Amino acid sequence: MSEIRVLVGTRKGAFVLSSDASRKTWKVEGPHFAGWEIFHVKGSPAAPERLYASQSSSWFGQVLHRSNDAGKTWETVGNQFLYDGTPGTHKWYDGSPHPWEFKRVWHLEPSLDDPDKLYAGVEDAALFESADGGSTWTELPALREHKTASEWAPGAGGMCLHTIVIDPSNKDRLFVAISSAGTFRSDDAGKSWRPINRGLRSNYIPDQDAEVGHCVHRIAMHPSRPNVLFMQKHWDVMRSDDGGESWREISGNLPTDFGFVIDVNANEPDTVYVVPITSDSLHYVPDGKLRVYRSRTGGDDWEALTKGLPQRDCYVNVLRDAMAVDGLDPCGVYFGTSGGQVYASPDGGDSWTAIVRDLPAVLSVEAQTIP
Amino acid sequence: MIHVVLPANLQTLAGVGRLVEVRVSGPVTQRSVLDALETGYPALLGTMRDAVTKKRRPMIRFFACEEDLSDESLDALLPDEVASGKEPFLIIGAIAGG
Repeated sequence: MSEIRVLVGTRKGAFVLSSDASRKTWKVEGPHFAGWEIFHVKGSPAAPERLYASQSSSWFGQVLHRSNDAGKTWETVGNQFLYDGTPGTHKWYDGSPHPWEFKRVWHLEPSLDDPDKLYAGVEDAALFESADGGSTWTELPALREHKTASEWAPGAGGMCLHTIVIDPSNKDRLFVAISSAGTFRSDDAGKSWRPINRGLRSNYIPDQDAEVGHCVHRIAMHPSRPNVLFMQKHWDVMRSDDGGESWREISGNLPTDFGFVIDVNANEPDTVYVVPITSDSLHYVPDGKLRVYRSRTGGDDWEALTKGLPQRDCYVNVLRDAMAVDGLDPCGVYFGTSGGQVYASPDGGDSWTAIVRDLPAVLSVEAQTIP
Repeated sequence: MIHVVLPANLQTLAGVGRLVEVRVSGPVTQRSVLDALETGYPALLGTMRDAVTKKRRPMIRFFACEEDLSDESLDALLPDEVASGKEPFLIIGAIAGG
């Protein structure tokens, strides 16, 4: 019988939540790295017992951990993220040129078929890769050296590369998203990149449909349909049917189209989930109600999923890396909140229960399906 | 032996207690003590100072003998009491609260 593991990064440690395929009773292990801010924990699809964790703090900098036994034990691995050559400058908040400075790893994306290979998305925005299980890291510099990079500028959360999507049908094709530069695609395993932001409109930049400058919060893909991408932008939920060449808005009847997370049902490529957030000034859910919205039509037409979720006096946020789906049928959907709850739905979103209610603020959630 | 006191988070990371001992050959300076510490406990590499520039992390302080040595030269000699092992070299995480 399959097992599900949900890997949770929080402001004060990491937690591993596990259940059998019924997804009714959960075992909670942690905190791992107690007291440390864990931006992201992710397992290798090729070897699910291999986990990677990104630990970051304002005091002690970046630390990376690796586990070979699903989080029972951990070892520290390489934390040297050196930009290739002499890094140039990007725009600072006041418009002045600012040198690229490594701050932290936001997102780890293990290879689909090699447990020792993984990518790291970092702040200030750049993409690194490791071929030795995270012991050493090399930048893929073409992204940071893109001709538009000197014009990239950080949003309030920092200039972070937070999303890495590997095309399972073509491992040379990579998608990344950067706040607040936009989405980029490589068709040659990171040797070259181009912005893929046509169709995005953002009223917080002078040229609203500029080639770069859009604050993309998250992109998601169903593995069976790699040319279809879904995006939660700072404002607007978007869809591309041509590998990012063009985007169209699918916000439809959402109560607000601001938000951070977006994900796709593992069995239904046109079933998409978002968690609308009131606005960029009010980083909590609208009307005191925690609602996941599901579209079964690939966007535009959305239904509120509320069963088991608090429908009064709720003012939590759900951050960009804090939603995941498992690979079972019906699909399990998971998300974590700034209030420390991790909710699970074993039935594709129809009903929800809190696996845990009182963790530290949740930064990331990933789900593993163990055969 | 030089005695070094670590903040709680670094104790967890290195898997040690509050006080660790390191051996330094040659002049006892911030640089040589931190070098010895990072050699003995590689998990600490980059957590107290930048691994390349060796610049102290802004929210880390170095104290000894009731003095704040954080802004002293990396190559300045530490007090004799630290060099002789009588007094510890303290690595402190800046306080924060709310």
